[in-house]
Amino acid sequence: MTPRRKRLYVVLAILGGVGAAVALATMASRENIMFYFDPSQVIAGKAPPAKRFRIGGMVVKGSVTRASGDLTVHFVLTDFAHEVPVEYTGVLPDLFREGQGIIAHGTLRGDGEFVADQVLAKHDEKYMPPEVAASLKRSAAARPASEGKGLE
Amino acid sequence: MWTWFYRLASPPYVYGFVGPAIPWLLAAAACLIGYGLVAGLVFAPPDYQQGDAFRIIYVHAPSAWLSLCAYTTMAVAGAIGLVWRIKIGFAVAAAAAPIGASFTLVALVTGALWGRPMWGTYWAWDPRLTSELILLFLYFGVMSLRRALDDAARGDRAAALLAIVGVVNVPIIHFSVQWWNSLHQGATVMKFGKSQMPGSMLLPLLAMLCGFMIFFVAVLCQRLRAELLMRERLAVWVREAIRT
Repeated sequence: MTPRRKRLYVVLAILGGVGAAVALATMASRENIMFYFDPSQVIAGKAPPAKRFRIGGMVVKGSVTRASGDLTVHFVLTDFAHEVPVEYTGVLPDLFREGQGIIAHGTLRGDGEFVADQVLAKHDEKYMPPEVAASLKRSAAARPASEGKGLE
Repeated sequence: MWTWFYRLASPPYVYGFVGPAIPWLLAAAACLIGYGLVAGLVFAPPDYQQGDAFRIIYVHAPSAWLSLCAYTTMAVAGAIGLVWRIKIGFAVAAAAAPIGASFTLVALVTGALWGRPMWGTYWAWDPRLTSELILLFLYFGVMSLRRALDDAARGDRAAALLAIVGVVNVPIIHFSVQWWNSLHQGATVMKFGKSQMPGSMLLPLLAMLCGFMIFFVAVLCQRLRAELLMRERLAVWVREAIRT
């Protein structure tokens, strides 16, 4: 074996070894790397109880209610399988709206309501001009409601 | 047939070869970036949700993309230097590191500025953001490791090894938005299937991507020339190159 070939194998072995180690480590700590839990995971009890965690989902249409007098907002988060009610007091980000994906950081109260102290809006990878969005919405309204979801 | 390929391992040949290409590359990059900036910042329609704030994508996405490209270039060049003991490999790796680190920094800063109004926070320990920050630290590590050893040749080899080890982070950054729940949105352009963007927004973005890429190659060539002069400062060809 020439020294050059040997060095090539050493480099490839390092690359393979580090790759395998990182793959195993990330697989083992999958839960910890998760930025947020889905409502289904929270309902199933997979989220840490009595500890702060993040929950992410879509704001259910028509579920946002504001208390008069202060900044408290109530809304329901869904992953289209399960729903979790959320309470939040504070200023909401620009992209917060019904039908939008958001992430709330806080704790789960005993009665099953999530009390958030931070709400982040999650943006999706779709970009379009407002006219296109409006015409898509119009054609979606003409079709059955199940299509065109997420465009509202 | 292979002589042109072998000549790429010769510092004086590469020094002379890349020099004339630089003005052309810079001109092409200026045209593409100029078009991309005007078309993206002025003529592209605003986004239906983000309004005008989405326009940061024209700087953010190409920078983030180039931060990965530059790292891969650095790691591959380092591996070539390490395995085949080709000096040009180490010189390319040394030249690429600061450029890549700059692109990483631009991506992180523009992302933070966009994140504040859109997400509601400058920074979150999200998988994509965290792995991109690790990339910045990897660049810093590679750059300082090269200088940390007294013997320049050993510094080169150590830095190349660190660059190769760190290259596992590149696919992690790219796929982080798929593998884990993350705050950062998924890929719009760099994926299989139809991109989620109309042509009026996409074309300036692609022009910016190509422009940034050519700009990177131009700066890399320039830095490589300086790096070669520095490394070969005792060689006869450098004295001749400087005299003319």
